[in-house]
Amino acid sequence: MKANVGRRLAVAATVAVTGLALSAAQVTAQTATMAVGAPVTSLDPHYHQLSPNNAVADTIFERLVNTDNRARMVPGLATEWRVVEPTVWEFKLRPNVRFHNGNAFTAEDVAFTLARLPNVPNSPSSFAAYSRPIARVEIVDPLTIRFHTTAPYPLLPLDMTNVRIIDKETAENATTDDFNALRAAVGTGSYRAVSHRNGDRIEFERFDPYWGERAPFQRVNYRMITNDAARTAALLAGDVDLIDQVPTSDLTNLRRNAGVRLYETVGLRLVFLGLDFMRAANENSPFITDNDGKPLGRNPLQDVRVRQALSMAIDRRAIVERIMEGAAVPANQFLPEGVFGYVANLAAATYDPDGAKRLLTEAGYPNGFRITLNGPNDRYINDSRIIQAIGQMWTRIGVRTAVEAQPWTTFVGRAGRQEYSAFLIGWGSNPDGSHPLRNIMATVNRDRGWGSSNRGRYSNPQVDALLLQSLGEMDEAKREQQVIEGMRVAMTDVGVIPLHIQTNIWAARRGFEFTARNDELTRAQDLRPAAR
Amino acid sequence: MSQVVIDGAAPPAAPVQAKVETPLRRFVSEFCESKIALFGLVVITTIALIAIFAPWIAPQNPYDLAQLDIMDGRMEPGTVGGAGFTYWLGTDDQGRDMMSGIMYGLRISLTVGAGSALVACIIGASLGLLAAYVGGRTDTVIMRLVDLQLSFPSILVALMILAFLGKGVTNVVIALVIVEWAYYARTVRGTALVERRREYIEAAQCLALPTHRILFRHLLPNCLPPLIVIATMQVARAIALEATLSFLGLGVPITEPSLGLLIANGYEYMLSGKYWISFYPGIALLITIVSINLVGDQLRDVLNPRLKK
Amino acid sequence: MTVYLVRRLIQALFVVLAMSLIVFVGVYAIGDPVEILISPDADQIERERAVKALGLDLPLWEQYLVFLGNAVQGNLGRSFVFNEPALKLILQRMPATLELAFGATFLALLVGLPLGLYAGLRPNAQASKTIMAGSILGFSLPTFWVGLMLIMVFAVQLGWLPSTGRGETCSVLGFVGITSCSSGMQWSFLTWDGLAHMTMPTVNLALFKISLVIRLTRAGVRETMLMDYVKFARAKGLSPARVTFVHVFKNIMIPVVTVVGLELGSTIAFSVVTESVFAWPGMGKLIIDSINVLDRPVIVAYLMIIVLMFITINLVVDLTYSMLDPRVRLENKGT
Repeated sequence: MKANVGRRLAVAATVAVTGLALSAAQVTAQTATMAVGAPVTSLDPHYHQLSPNNAVADTIFERLVNTDNRARMVPGLATEWRVVEPTVWEFKLRPNVRFHNGNAFTAEDVAFTLARLPNVPNSPSSFAAYSRPIARVEIVDPLTIRFHTTAPYPLLPLDMTNVRIIDKETAENATTDDFNALRAAVGTGSYRAVSHRNGDRIEFERFDPYWGERAPFQRVNYRMITNDAARTAALLAGDVDLIDQVPTSDLTNLRRNAGVRLYETVGLRLVFLGLDFMRAANENSPFITDNDGKPLGRNPLQDVRVRQALSMAIDRRAIVERIMEGAAVPANQFLPEGVFGYVANLAAATYDPDGAKRLLTEAGYPNGFRITLNGPNDRYINDSRIIQAIGQMWTRIGVRTAVEAQPWTTFVGRAGRQEYSAFLIGWGSNPDGSHPLRNIMATVNRDRGWGSSNRGRYSNPQVDALLLQSLGEMDEAKREQQVIEGMRVAMTDVGVIPLHIQTNIWAARRGFEFTARNDELTRAQDLRPAAR
Repeated sequence: MSQVVIDGAAPPAAPVQAKVETPLRRFVSEFCESKIALFGLVVITTIALIAIFAPWIAPQNPYDLAQLDIMDGRMEPGTVGGAGFTYWLGTDDQGRDMMSGIMYGLRISLTVGAGSALVACIIGASLGLLAAYVGGRTDTVIMRLVDLQLSFPSILVALMILAFLGKGVTNVVIALVIVEWAYYARTVRGTALVERRREYIEAAQCLALPTHRILFRHLLPNCLPPLIVIATMQVARAIALEATLSFLGLGVPITEPSLGLLIANGYEYMLSGKYWISFYPGIALLITIVSINLVGDQLRDVLNPRLKK
Repeated sequence: MTVYLVRRLIQALFVVLAMSLIVFVGVYAIGDPVEILISPDADQIERERAVKALGLDLPLWEQYLVFLGNAVQGNLGRSFVFNEPALKLILQRMPATLELAFGATFLALLVGLPLGLYAGLRPNAQASKTIMAGSILGFSLPTFWVGLMLIMVFAVQLGWLPSTGRGETCSVLGFVGITSCSSGMQWSFLTWDGLAHMTMPTVNLALFKISLVIRLTRAGVRETMLMDYVKFARAKGLSPARVTFVHVFKNIMIPVVTVVGLELGSTIAFSVVTESVFAWPGMGKLIIDSINVLDRPVIVAYLMIIVLMFITINLVVDLTYSMLDPRVRLENKGT
């Protein structure tokens, strides 16, 4: 009986659908479907500092300072910004901008947004850090706003690229629930959200009164397909028009497929090896033993020659070509060329196993030692394959390497408690050299907020001093010199072993075009119908 | 007291010996009646031998990173690699010879599959029998434990084991036993509840035989048929579950791949035409499981006391 | 009977309590949710704020007591990740999983019972041997592998079925069959598009169950056919159909019901792999995602619901026993 009812309903539904078929066909040309690999957890732009959430927030909301696809700062909701005094930044706001509900965008909205950042209840990772340097907000007129900082703060415009502006009137008492239910998801972006099914899909509709370039589609379906193979299959089956995070194993095949085009760009995420600096030179590192499996009595990683040897033993080209299938570039530092803080005069990381063996002998390890290389197996592209390949390479210079991979869930906590001797991890940088320097290479310091992800506990006073100078330097040219010098010192000292910078890859069906971004964000407004 | 007397009053050893001899012979001849089961037995024996002697017959030790070279990675079947021998079944992304990988992988998979199924079966069946026979509070406690266990996702069990004990083949077996025992307990209890009301159990009780004797000599044999169905399937399921855990990154260590891990690794290459990375381990897994079940099917029929002519 | 049910209810309460306690300790041992959720460039001050915001600054036992206090008032906590009530998240995803699980179980019985019956009644027929050999295939290959093969063949190569996702959904209001496609519990099986999306994941999930049902049925039938009462029924001259469907069928149902009940339960609870391969927005995907980020409120709430479900299923199964077979008397077991 139940089945019967079901069938009757189905028939009724079909009749209804057929009636709509004609109009549906016309809509299709105006509709695009994109599939992303990482789930979006909330539409509240200030709830969780997480790339997939930021990508969607960037579609609905906008920032004072936008970043283009090369992560360069460009005017967004602010048309210009300047330093009035060393501790005062002034932003001129864009006139005639409207929110999705018709409200005009003014300085009040900016002030409200900044005030909200530290006050989002239950946030597991808030945006509070971006409003913390600001001691006082001064609204000069509806389209001019000034931020007073306690100390000279050169990074304020960069911080503003992380803050999405919301409508004061709508969001006055809004909770994260209100954003998820779309009641409060009112921004100034070129698309507005019209439907949201948590962890499954979001639907966008064009916002016609948008101030800038008109959104290319009337409607965009934004689906989440977390399984890599399923995502590729959905693209090949024609169910979706664009996918992100194209698995490297599918690249060769997709390149040959005439119905699909790939959009690629070198990203900002470095994959590197962290090393144990926590144990002093005369202490045992937890995963290092001598060749018989007995404690070594010292931490060889405290010797720069050993670190150099381990770095030289790695054939980065082979990893990029064989494991990453070309979807990465070998790296000797955190940032790719062309980004603020790139160190131009740094020696390339060359593969030299003989040199590595010599260095090991010099350091007093002619027969090497044993080490376990740890890493996650579900976090970075091909992470568990990379550590196995490095295991092969280290073993060949006499450092017999065991490899252990585990899910990020258990891995990250142990890495954070310095339980490993050597581990693979990644870092997605903001487009400014001070970002990795401050978070990875700087000595852990609670008061300064440094070394938040310095899981190996690297510490170098020279690096710290240069970083400290740069953080108060309002002259951009001088600041860049200090950042570059700091990074050069840290990299020459092999504070971490850089491996490669990942390439971000999207695949679109024929008839669609996508602007690949180096910040990995998959945004609806970057998908267009292909020019004929 | 009386139990001891009755046990002690059992006839001397010799006749028992003779009795055991005959059923065994009958068992063998009955088993051999089915050609296909015999074939399955031959295949599974061969597979077991390959697994046991893998270190001596495999062209490469796929667990030794020093013998692998990523420059030989993802080579097609039949290619000659840098080490000088032919990769008859191709290589995976690490340059691991698939043929050696499968031989070694069989070792892990069989150990994990059979080991966990056996231990889980012993624990589960005993508890199931006990629950059904004793009833009362024992039954309640055991069955609520079963409820608890059945509701616990294997991935969470595996993650907890990983957190508490670290990674390793033994720990995977432990995780699988924890996941699987409840199935046996529940199934055996269901059958035993019916059986314990039968006359032969009452007869045994009247004779005041010791509980363990009634449980294992009388009740258990009569609960065997569904148990064997479950057990042979659970070996397969344990192997597949291990593959799934590997797929989720919680299985055996990546440098000691089981068949399941090999398949999971190759899974990503399925869409790109590099079929051999997961196809051949898949075939090996299929053959293994099919032959185990062919043997199991026949065993079940032969061991079933009620199918005796 | 009532005494029996009340006793089971009290036991259920203890099991649920035990479950929540185990999950609390287990998740605590696995790792720190803040470490996973927080932005990597968050400084110490931000980390401390997050720990406090999620209520993780208290000692574990205190966290547990807070949880219990809220649970008594029907509040199972808010998801760390989604900042929504855990219960609401789970209920939102439930229909998607339920329809897959019931679809697969239904399919398994529909295909498995007749085939198993046939193979049991004619154990030596060629067709029976084919059925039995074929049934081995159903559980030999890992689900994720079969799932991807299905997508490759039916979605990519042939283009018959949609590759992933849930498609159009509708909800039923009341019994009269008024449908609404925007609110309420959303079901796929009410639309063609939804059914098309359901097909592959259902088949993927059903494969193992079909094999299981075939094998259990066959084993049962073969055994029962030799029983005295069946022989007697045949001797009495009852039609073979009546013997098969009344006498035999009833007796093979005990193991089948047990196992199918368990299977239904585990499909509802953990069709993790199928749901992730087919991007099916059900509870299985929710729990695996939650486990990956250690979203404790969701994990605890989810497992408490699941354990309740299993208790119910097992209760129903036990009751079915006594219905199917009067020899099993439940009331007598309690002491």
